[in-house]
Amino acid sequence: MQSVTRNEPVDVLIIGAGASGAAIAWSLADTKMRILCLEQGDWPRSSDFPSTGRDWEARQSEDYSISPNRRGLAADYPINEDDSSIKIANYNGVGGGTVFYAGHFPRLHPSDFRVRSLDGVADDWPIDYRTLEPFYALNDQMMGVASLAGDPAYPPKDAVMPPIPLGRTGEKLGSAMNKLGWHWWPSDSAISTQEYQGRAPCINLGHCPAGCAQGAKASTDVTYWPEAVRSRVELRTRCRVSRIETNDEQMATGAYYFDPDGQERFQPAEIVIMACNGIGTPRILLNSASERFPGGLANSSGLVGKNLMFHPYAQIRGHFDEPLDGYRGPPICIWSMEFYETDPARGFKRGYCYQFSRGLGPVRTATTGLADGLLPWGDEHHAAFRRLFCRSAGMVSICEDLPEEINRVTLDPHLKDINGIPAPKITYRIGENTQRMLDHSVARGIEILKAAGARDITFKSPLPYAGWHLMGTARMGHDPKRSVVNAWGRSHDVKNLFIVDGSVFVTSGGVNPTATIQAVALYVADQIKSRIYDLFN
Amino acid sequence: MIASSQTIALDELSPAEQETLHCVASHMIPPSEELGLPGATDPAIFADILRSIGRDLPALRQALHAITEMAGGPLAVLSSIEQRALLSRFRSGRPDLAGVVEAVTVRCYYRDDRVMSSVGMEVRPPFPVGFAVPQGDWSLLEPVRSRGKIYRDAD
Repeated sequence: MQSVTRNEPVDVLIIGAGASGAAIAWSLADTKMRILCLEQGDWPRSSDFPSTGRDWEARQSEDYSISPNRRGLAADYPINEDDSSIKIANYNGVGGGTVFYAGHFPRLHPSDFRVRSLDGVADDWPIDYRTLEPFYALNDQMMGVASLAGDPAYPPKDAVMPPIPLGRTGEKLGSAMNKLGWHWWPSDSAISTQEYQGRAPCINLGHCPAGCAQGAKASTDVTYWPEAVRSRVELRTRCRVSRIETNDEQMATGAYYFDPDGQERFQPAEIVIMACNGIGTPRILLNSASERFPGGLANSSGLVGKNLMFHPYAQIRGHFDEPLDGYRGPPICIWSMEFYETDPARGFKRGYCYQFSRGLGPVRTATTGLADGLLPWGDEHHAAFRRLFCRSAGMVSICEDLPEEINRVTLDPHLKDINGIPAPKITYRIGENTQRMLDHSVARGIEILKAAGARDITFKSPLPYAGWHLMGTARMGHDPKRSVVNAWGRSHDVKNLFIVDGSVFVTSGGVNPTATIQAVALYVADQIKSRIYDLFN
Repeated sequence: MIASSQTIALDELSPAEQETLHCVASHMIPPSEELGLPGATDPAIFADILRSIGRDLPALRQALHAITEMAGGPLAVLSSIEQRALLSRFRSGRPDLAGVVEAVTVRCYYRDDRVMSSVGMEVRPPFPVGFAVPQGDWSLLEPVRSRGKIYRDAD
């Protein structure tokens, strides 16, 4: 057997350089502890992003595909998703999912933290909106959030900079919502609309979800990480962690990882922080099974990997006689929280938000038009294309997914990554409550588009390639039998092991999770700092 | 017809597969004299298609072989009417594979300079110039403001 090189010890080892790893690294930097982050991918290069080339749409189905299984790059690990109706979307590299997200940046609502008390479903979180509020605000400043203050769907919150433009699409759909008397508001967006902390303003490339070449979108490689690195946090890329080691005191001692040359190394650490998302974190914890922890690390509850939540999406789109924004501008312009809170008359608990989107580029107009039967083959193709291109708009509903133990991440017994580490296997099916919510959102979405004057309305429910939000697989809670980490992110079982990514979510809410993931990471960092002298008691 | 080659690389279509794809693409997007537009089998566009198949190569091969099987031999041998009827059956019977052929074709067709100009686009990538988007009428939010708070207190 090859010997494993043992590195110099560090105080804090963070695994994963995405949304949460970046935030906690930056926050802990002021402790002057020696902090190291291991990231399996590399720094993204904005000069390589698709919007820099004429093949900008084609490249989104190649190296810039949202599917790690489709990309199959060295940074990616395979995922067995055969038993899941929703397929995984991610980005493995510095910035993590923020490199590929749209920058849509809603917070959870106060009711999201109290779903058992208010609606009798799932469990309450051990923390509440008020606890996270200052960390949401701090994160808005760090990421640079464009928004309009005064949204009646939220408690008051400040705007960091002016919102992204409504455009013709926002006007069209907002007017329809006004006709129906339903809530809408410009989206909080982690997109600079003005010069902000060295970042250039948005120039409406329309390419947020494939990497922002302008650097206007707040991915953590251009927000938190430069600040953290300047504060002497060390970030080692192309280093893939396989498992966490422990000692007889049931404390984590560090992590084994493969360096860029494929050599296995051991990184000793006093504190280990998992920030690998709702699939990567349970994968490593389950792969860290040992004689001391036969069911996987931090898994005395048996809940590591269980309660996986996505946000099932329904997509509803229509076409208009007049030109709209088309492929120009941040794809998402406004949101609606009209159907967010529980209404017993709707036949389901909890709710969903809509995010309203502008049009598509020419290639996606063609592929979706062909798939939807709106674009024929043959001589009629050209005229039909002109009726669709730059004339479409619509929305997706982001439906709250309730936690169910049957939905889970396990280790695949056969599939492995290029380092021989077992791949995750996803088992997931959409629950009845969520299905009713999806159906409701499709019906209301069609009403909205009709009110806007749309023709050729189509919908897809659920969207299969929409597993962006990965939550719940190492939930937080007070009861060690019913949760993996405590109310401030520390493992119940391993006192120097923390989890700060979407795994800790108790419930999913019905909005994109990045703002909350980062607020939780900043909150956990704050707890670590304030408890530093008795952190392991 | 597609010129044959002495050697067939495993990472590109064989001459027979290219010929089938050429035939399929000619039915999918024909040229338009009225609009002055090339079709998908325009030499420059089709050459772009052949070198840009990328990760879709295995699925595209599967699609082209399915078409050849349905045709009982080379698709190009059939009459144009027979080809059209067969491709209609292929699209309805194998929408997954038809989607692959469509994606491979339109990815290149709709980035051709002539096509982009024709649909009103500037012939350039989005970056670094970007695009203009109007702010829109913010007064449309007045009814939303007037309605007042809609979130639930949780305390």
